[in-house]
Amino acid sequence: MAEDIKPRIRVPQSAKKDEIIEIKTLISHPMESGQRKDSQGKTIPRKIINKMTVAFNGKPVFEARLEPAISANPYLSFFLKCTQSGSLEFTWTDDDGSTYKATQAITVS
Amino acid sequence: MSEPLHLPKRQSGLNRRQAVAAFGAVAALTPFAAAASPETAKKALSDLVKAEPKAGKVQIKTQEIAENGNTVPVTIAVDSPMTDKDYVKAIHVVADRNPQPGVASFMLTPANGKAEVQLRMRMAETQNIIAVAEMSDGTAWTATREVKVTIGGCGG
Repeated sequence: MAEDIKPRIRVPQSAKKDEIIEIKTLISHPMESGQRKDSQGKTIPRKIINKMTVAFNGKPVFEARLEPAISANPYLSFFLKCTQSGSLEFTWTDDDGSTYKATQAITVS
Repeated sequence: MSEPLHLPKRQSGLNRRQAVAAFGAVAALTPFAAAASPETAKKALSDLVKAEPKAGKVQIKTQEIAENGNTVPVTIAVDSPMTDKDYVKAIHVVADRNPQPGVASFMLTPANGKAEVQLRMRMAETQNIIAVAEMSDGTAWTATREVKVTIGGCGG
């Protein structure tokens, strides 16, 4: 259910200039692989988060394309070099076309 | 097949919990005999990366034995200065004994500062994780890491 899908991100709110910070993300999602069968033996259709994109001040900085081999509640972490203050925008794309968004401001001193 | 060779070793230290776990793994795996193989995994990678990857620069950090194949944390780190002139463009991850070989692809930019990503993946059985890094100069680097899985994930 779409309303259960909640993105969570952990980003340091402030950083020194040129500091490399770790960005951790998690989105609660079943990541139905399309391999499982229900009690009637019918295949449960695939429904996963297939993409996460991250932009900093509108410029793409990171993208992940995911396959069914990614665990439920997909967790991803990566790094970012802080050159200026700005906002990080995260977008997750579901197999059904819906997108989930989160943003976080970073102050660079 | 190398599988029968591993079996006696596994049985020797079998306690009750592991026995139950091993049974669960077999039950979970029966619906799909692994569709991915080292060959399909290799093909999936060659479809993604044009350059022939050389061994090196890529490091796969994960546990040697995964008790729960449903969620295995894996860190991929690539040796790169991540400057505008020399950076990692993409990191591709595949597994060679899952129902499908693909795991994830990451597109990186110099803004990342450090070429390291962490993910959590499903592993149906004991198998190799293969990572390939595509560099901005067109070269490709690879690493392989075996993970032994006690209870397979992704069957359900």
